[in-house]
Amino acid sequence: MPKDELKAEFRLVGTRPNRPDGLDKVTGRARYGADATLPGMLWGAVVRSPHAHAKIVKIDASKALALDGVKAVVTRADLPTGLTGEDWNLQENTLAGEKALYDGHAVAAVAATSRLLAEEAARLVEVTYEVLPHVIDVDDAIRPDAPVIREGAADASVPPGMPPNVVRYLDFGRGDIDAGFAAADLVREQTYKTEATHQGYIEPHACVGQLGADGKGEMWVCTQGQWYIRKMCSAVLGLEAAQLRVTPSEIGGGFGGKTTIFMEPLSLALSRKAGGRPVKIVMSRSEVLRATGPTASASMDVKIGMKKDGTITAGRAEFRMQGGAFPGSPVAEGLYCAFAPYAIPALQHIGYDVLANRPKCAAYRAPGSPMGAFAVESLIDEMCRELGLDPMAVRLKNAVREGDTASYGATFGSIGLIETLEATAAHPNLAVPLGPNQGRGIASGFWFNHAGETSVTLAIGEDGTATVSVGTPDIGGSRASIALMTAETLGIRYEDVRVNIVETGALGVNEPTHGSRATFASGKAAVIAAEAAIREMCNRAAAEWGIEPEAVEWVQGAAQPAGPNAGKFPPMSIAEIASKMGGTGGPISGHHESVPDGFGASFGAHVVDVEVDPETGRTTVLRYLVVQDAGRAIHPAYVEGQYQGGAAQGIGWALNEEYIYGKDGRLQNTVFLDYRIPVASDLPPIDTVIVEVPNPGHPYGVRGVGETGITPPLPAIANAIHAATGVRLRHLPMTPPKILAAMKTKG
Amino acid sequence: MSRIHVTTTVNGDTVEFLADPRETLLDCLRDHVGLTGSKEGCGTGDCGACSVRLDGTLVCSCLVLGVEAQGRTVETIEGMATGGELHPLQRKFIEHAALQCGFCTPGILVAAKALLEKNANPTDTEIRYWLAGNLCRCTGYDKIIRAVQDAAAEMRGAA
Amino acid sequence: MVAVNLWSSLARFTDGARVVEVQAATIAEALQALVALHPGLEPILKGGVSVVVNGEVMPNRHATIAPDAEIFLLQALKGG
Ligand code: FES
Ligand code: FES
Repeated sequence: MPKDELKAEFRLVGTRPNRPDGLDKVTGRARYGADATLPGMLWGAVVRSPHAHAKIVKIDASKALALDGVKAVVTRADLPTGLTGEDWNLQENTLAGEKALYDGHAVAAVAATSRLLAEEAARLVEVTYEVLPHVIDVDDAIRPDAPVIREGAADASVPPGMPPNVVRYLDFGRGDIDAGFAAADLVREQTYKTEATHQGYIEPHACVGQLGADGKGEMWVCTQGQWYIRKMCSAVLGLEAAQLRVTPSEIGGGFGGKTTIFMEPLSLALSRKAGGRPVKIVMSRSEVLRATGPTASASMDVKIGMKKDGTITAGRAEFRMQGGAFPGSPVAEGLYCAFAPYAIPALQHIGYDVLANRPKCAAYRAPGSPMGAFAVESLIDEMCRELGLDPMAVRLKNAVREGDTASYGATFGSIGLIETLEATAAHPNLAVPLGPNQGRGIASGFWFNHAGETSVTLAIGEDGTATVSVGTPDIGGSRASIALMTAETLGIRYEDVRVNIVETGALGVNEPTHGSRATFASGKAAVIAAEAAIREMCNRAAAEWGIEPEAVEWVQGAAQPAGPNAGKFPPMSIAEIASKMGGTGGPISGHHESVPDGFGASFGAHVVDVEVDPETGRTTVLRYLVVQDAGRAIHPAYVEGQYQGGAAQGIGWALNEEYIYGKDGRLQNTVFLDYRIPVASDLPPIDTVIVEVPNPGHPYGVRGVGETGITPPLPAIANAIHAATGVRLRHLPMTPPKILAAMKTKG
Repeated sequence: MSRIHVTTTVNGDTVEFLADPRETLLDCLRDHVGLTGSKEGCGTGDCGACSVRLDGTLVCSCLVLGVEAQGRTVETIEGMATGGELHPLQRKFIEHAALQCGFCTPGILVAAKALLEKNANPTDTEIRYWLAGNLCRCTGYDKIIRAVQDAAAEMRGAA
Repeated sequence: MVAVNLWSSLARFTDGARVVEVQAATIAEALQALVALHPGLEPILKGGVSVVVNGEVMPNRHATIAPDAEIFLLQALKGG
């Protein structure tokens, strides 16, 4: 369906009004994690391990406690024991127990009357370590003789006899893999590596926690999910969830990294020890980089069989990922996504989740998918070159369609990969002639999308306006899209809807804003809640008119008799119904909670033109195009924003960003100067095309758009650099020295 | 460490505070003056989220000591709208969806205003280099550049 | 019978079977029946799996399933 036809059906959906929180955010009024101050508030600071792997022999806090104004010190001994599984992992990551497992691992925390005093006190806490051998790189960590990070960490999925740091294993596939490779004209196998990167949100983690001796607590925190904070803090500290009230601040970016806890339980534990005074903890940038949750690093073998005409006959992927000193690298997700854009009859996937002496990884935008795409999309490009095939045509030829079984086992519903590839092929950027040292690369990307637990309440105000309470923090304009859908459904003005992100006491449990779900899931629930309110308003009008509720319909924000037989009454507007509601049965609201089904899968395709300086090996991105299926773009400007932001992060991952460790296992690049994310002058304009293949699982056709955009840049840029230079880089990031060395070797 | 009494002008108002000599201007604005619009993204001069004007000069307030503000003039994001009227940059940022999380926005607005005062008609490249010290992780900068250009055009038209 | 497809390394808990047939009217029943037949799978299922029924990821364990449904088990998914 062409986009124009779709748009004509809506009054508000698809328009670009100002976001409701815009004024607060351009005037400095919006309050983020570090912007709250409470009476009697203390400041917390964290003592961190300088070693990658070390036994903690002794912690002596006497000098810190002797300082005037120091109110509490917390170590692992202050936390409950007996936790298991992921709860134990979270607790161990919050504060080290017997061993420090990575450079930056929290060992103790202090609270004092000022930030400077707390930092000084933290420096005075004396920790005696016995340094142990460490391992950083995933290929080293998976060796049978690698230093063992934790005995017994492997789960039941790991068959006996695997190396000690393998903690999770999976394999799956379909078809006859040998026959598939035998049917190919060309079979190639290569190894690819990606390094760990950080989400790089500009707002460091910050919270104010308060906990009394009665176990009742409050927290103000920048998070993607206030209920996750509640659940995890409760587990780590042994609290009752209902007694902890978590209020989300505005959030300065998350990208998956703010879906878990780091120092939040420490502020509560310190507060409890300091007589219930609130404790504020704000991380420094170095703490964010050393001790929050970067993404995994990956080492990946991929083998593909292709016929001369470009048909892919078989694929095999074996991925090893380390996600730090705890289980949880996104190796399964990486494998599920790797071949997802392709209909391939025979597939085999093998995955290893490996421990290393690094921080516990957190989700990062489409976790696992960028790594898998880097390997698979690079190899497909290499094989297209070898066979003299057009990489776009090969992608179209093998693309999955509705009804196809995905590489990971599910069956695709309505998806828009073909439409996305066709729109990409038709874009004028592909016709721009390239000069010397320039090259063009394309790649596809996939993300499942996600629904998750969702609870939304809508209340009609006395004047016919509407308040929507949602549990998904607004990171990139979701208030605007939810207000648009609600107003569209109720038939009122966009400005007459206020969307509030509420605390944990105000709704049922919500999952965070993650998995590209906020506009899909909270939006869908808001629409269903609005429909419930409409039904009640129709009931009220029916009672006024003395007719059956079924004889009333809702048109343009008013109840009216449905057809001539229902009776002759002038429409009764939402404002009129609302103004009388106190005397017609009381407040009118709608509520919906569920795990919504029908989130549609997401595909995108990117095209990048680069120029590589043959003298320095430096890559300049000249042009960038993102094409992606949004199902339906509720607020197109924020959909474009997601595409552009994902592409920019992917460009950084491809060219520049990586966690660099020294031989001592310490992170070397702990400030933005050294962990350099793309700046404005590094990037060109990022062109976008929104494809709309409506998702039948959402009342307005939405499918999540947040994550897919980070996936294609990694291989697209590798493919473009190959086109420009003739050299293939299979290990990210593709820094100038690496490119130069590869060009020299090639000669 | 004993605190030092500082008198300064912030957004046109005289303010006084007691600063620990180790505290940055950013700390003082946020923790002593109660102006939390300027943000700390790094504390090392790399992200620009803390951008303010000090006697008209664009600075990273995380690299200036609070006591250095003595007798000087500080302008922050909170002073950018005048008399309830948004500055054209602020308006255009909202209109162009040039912010997602909004955390970088105060610093970028303060820096962009300084640019347009120096150069009323910048090229895209000039804007990109001027703002190279202001990190944004959400937007990929595209809409930010468009918003600055649109505001500049409007301001030229109005002038 | 409902066919439950397992990822291949789970076959060591099922005497080599990659597909296990069970009698079940809901997803929860199917998983219970699976554990009853092959107790070694219990820690895996407890550790968290995503359940795909006839192509759809189904988060609700009480969802009813057709007698001839095809189930795939995936390691639990998460997002950013
Ligand atoms: S906080 Fe000052 S430059 Fe980042
Ligand atoms: S809008 Fe989030 S950092 Fe710029």
